[in-house]
Order: sequence, then C-alpha cells, then structure tokens
Amino acid sequence: MYDGDFAVRWMAAVAVAVDREAGRLTELDSAIGDADHGANLRRGFTAVAEALAKEPPATPGGVLAAAGRRLISTVGGASGPLYGTLLRRAGKELGEEPAVDREGLARALAAGVAAVGRLGGAVVGDKTMLDALTPAVAALSESFAAARSAAEEGARATVPLRARKGRASYLGERSIGHQDPGATSSALLFAALEEVAEA
Amino acid sequence: MRMLINVPETVVADALRGLAAAHPELTVDVERRVVVRRDAPVAGKVALVSGGGSGHEPLHAGFVGPGMLDAACPGEVFTSPVPDQMVRAAAAVDSGAGVLFVVKNYTGDVLNFEMAAELAEDEGVRVAKVLVDDDVAVTDSLYTAGRRGTGATLFVEKLAGAAAEEGAPLERVEAVARRVVERSRSFGVALSACSTPAKGGPTFDLPPGELEFGVGIHGEPGRERRAMMTSGEIAEAAVDAVLDDLRPADPVLLLVNGMGGTPLLELYGFNAEVRRVLAERRVPVARTLVGNYVTSLDMAGASVTLCAADEELLRLWDAPVRTPALRWGR
Repeated sequence: MYDGDFAVRWMAAVAVAVDREAGRLTELDSAIGDADHGANLRRGFTAVAEALAKEPPATPGGVLAAAGRRLISTVGGASGPLYGTLLRRAGKELGEEPAVDREGLARALAAGVAAVGRLGGAVVGDKTMLDALTPAVAALSESFAAARSAAEEGARATVPLRARKGRASYLGERSIGHQDPGATSSALLFAALEEVAEA
Repeated sequence: MRMLINVPETVVADALRGLAAAHPELTVDVERRVVVRRDAPVAGKVALVSGGGSGHEPLHAGFVGPGMLDAACPGEVFTSPVPDQMVRAAAAVDSGAGVLFVVKNYTGDVLNFEMAAELAEDEGVRVAKVLVDDDVAVTDSLYTAGRRGTGATLFVEKLAGAAAEEGAPLERVEAVARRVVERSRSFGVALSACSTPAKGGPTFDLPPGELEFGVGIHGEPGRERRAMMTSGEIAEAAVDAVLDDLRPADPVLLLVNGMGGTPLLELYGFNAEVRRVLAERRVPVARTLVGNYVTSLDMAGASVTLCAADEELLRLWDAPVRTPALRWGR
C-alpha cells in the first residue's frame, strides 16, 4: 500500500529527475518548441518539493492535489495547467484514502490523464505528453516497471509523428523527426514512480 | 551569446524593477508579476487585462496606461503567466464594469487565462475573453493549435482600450476587440534566430544566406526555410500572404513590426517596400506604425500586420493613448 509519505517521496524524486534532465528537455524543446520546457518544469517541481517538505498532506490524494495546485501556480505555459490538472485530478480521485494500492493509483492517474486530454483537446498520436501518459497508466495495472518502460517507449514513438497540438504544430512537417519534450518529461514521472516504489 | 543580464533566473524580475523605476505612472508588483496603471480601478470603466510570456517587449506591460491596457501579467520568457497573476490583476483593475482578457492564441496562454477567468468569476468579477489569432503562416485547421497571436495584439489592445476609455460597456468593448481580430492578419520572417536567456544561445541554427519564412514570435523555426530575399521581395511575399487571407474593404491600419534585432533604418526601408506593394495591390493605407512592438527577444526580422479599419476603428485608433511604448493625443 502506498501512503501520503510515499506520494511525497514520489514528487521529490520527480523534482530530482526533472532537475537532472532539464538541459535535455530544453534541448528537445528548442528543436520544435521554444526552448524552455526544462526550466519551466524544474521551477514547478522544485516549488512542489519545497511546499510538500514544509507541509506534507497526510494522504496520497492530498499530496497529489497539492502538487497539482502548486504546478498550476508556478509553471505557466501549457505545461503548468496540463501537469497541474493531471496531478490534481488524480489526487481528487484518490479522495481521503490514507493509503492506496497500485491498481488504485493506476485508476486515479487514468482519470488524471483523461482530464489532460479534455483540457488540451489532444489524443494519442498528436505528439504530446499523452503519447507517454496513456500507455503508462494502462501498464501500471501490471507493474511499476511496465509503466516506466511503456512511458519511455511512448515518448520515443513520438519521433516520427507530426505534431497536431501545441507550439510544435506550427512547424507542420518540420516537427517530424524530433522527440516530443512533453512526452519525454511525462516519462520521468513514471521512472521516478518505479524508483520510489522499488526502493 | 553575450547578454546584458545578471543571471537567467532573474531577467523578468530585473526588467520589472527597471520598468517601475522608469514609469512611476505604473504600479509594478515585481514579486507577483502584475503591472497596473496607477489610477486603477477607473470608476465605471471596463478594464482590459492582457499578459503572456516575456521577451516580446514592449508587449504587454509597455502598453499599460490610459487608452490601452489596465494591467499586464508578464510570464517567464516565452512562457504564459500563471492564473494567479491574471486573477490578481483582474481584482486590482475591476471597477465593477467588468474585465476583458486579451489572450494571444497559444495553448499555454489559452489554458491559463481560461483557469483565471473561472477563478475571477468565482470572486465576482465579470470576465469576457478575446482570442487574438492573426498569423496566416499557420494554417487554422484541426491539425494545428490554430493561427498564432502576433502583431494584431497591438491593434486589439489599442482599439478595445480606446473603446473602454470612452466608457463603452463590456459587451461593446468585447465586440470591438472581436471585430479587430476578424479584420487583422499578420505574416513574419526571421533573418536570425533569437537567443533565450535560459538557453544562452540561438534557439535554432540559421545558415548564412537563408531566412525563416512564416515565423512566430517565440524563436521557433518558421513554416519553411528560403534563400535570402531582398526587402522588396520579402514585402511582396508578406503582403501577398496576408492579402490571401484578408480582403480589406476598408483602408487599413498598417503595422510594420520589428522582431527586436532589426534596426529602424531597415524597418523604414521595409515599410517603403510594403507601401509600394500595397499600392500595387490597390489597398489604401489609413495609418502606419513602424517599430519594434511585438518582438521576439533579439531576433532579426519583421512582420506585417494589416487591419481593415472602418470609421469607428479609425476613430478609436486616433484616440489619445498614454503608455510607456505608445503615446499620442492629449
């Protein structure tokens, strides 16, 4: 079972991963976006980790909801509302439960991913974070490792796609051949989750 | 790339401190990133709030003042501001007559302003929104995020701002803004990439002898790369791209906009070519503005924006405005 403390450690691990990979995310974003994805997510998840360290909510739902709110108020761009909605919606779905199992977490994250789809109006194959998130939450009912590898595979699979949403869509055909930065950062979420769960 | 900055993390805050120091007629909250005209809220007046990523200066903070915006919310460089900023701005400028959010059509801006509108309405502020999407380089289709908001933002903020200053109610100010959007189109080219502080260098490589055709204002590459063209050739291509999409039945407002890294000498020369092409295409020009207004950091290049101006829009254009970057009349 995974409790509030687990969720706090997950978010802290995401902050570390995003900080480590910020340069790579920005590099990917400069090819088809505006070269700030790494810096923006680092700012957001650093703020999340600080807020959670100071006042950790007791439940995993509370932790994810607080993290989502914090992202919305610190990141900006499209990533802020999208990542914020993912975590806030998942947190809401978990409710007041003091601890959840992996299946419960998978269901909550699936609700979060659905909310991201509604907010951004994207579907799988549009070359967005959904290309990593959607297979990852589906695989999470199997194992944490399966979720991580599905997310990473999904992110890699964005390379040949033509972007249909967000700033990369302005490039038309020229967006083909580049890995989507949002899908790449989404995969970090699941790498961090596996890391904390297996620790 | 050498930049006149301290560290990348503080460029926006540093600029806001400088803006505050230069313009005592503005109230600048550096911490919370909200720029407000000092006499806000103006009794009975509809308020205009805009915002967007930094790096496009003077847009938007440079357009805060009587006759234009009541408040602006600058985000990080090329990153939409967060909902908290817009909610705070709306609360600071709302006189009870309502607030119009002027939003450039980018996924991030749209999402954050949408969230802000909901939150502000929960706090009892009447909010209307107008989406600016004038860039014809982007096909407005299911397969893109839609046309980008670029140069026409200046027209929307000036003309709707003048309507609000005249005392028009929210519905009317919103209608003026929508009309300006419908009647405005832009097209831009880049002669160099821009360098963001976070990256510390150019956002893409542009080999010598080539230009980016159909660019936005965020250092992203354009629709295609072409061999370098003369000012006259670029004017023809840009004007024709705009006129493909906009058939002005009225004389136009013309904005010849620099992207930040092109000298005024070149921009005025470009304006002469744009006017020549417009004359050849039999499009009369009512008013012209030449300068760096909707920029992309240090990117070299220019954009052309046309707005088909009926009599009311022309009157609103001529109305007094008093902001750091645009001021005329009284």
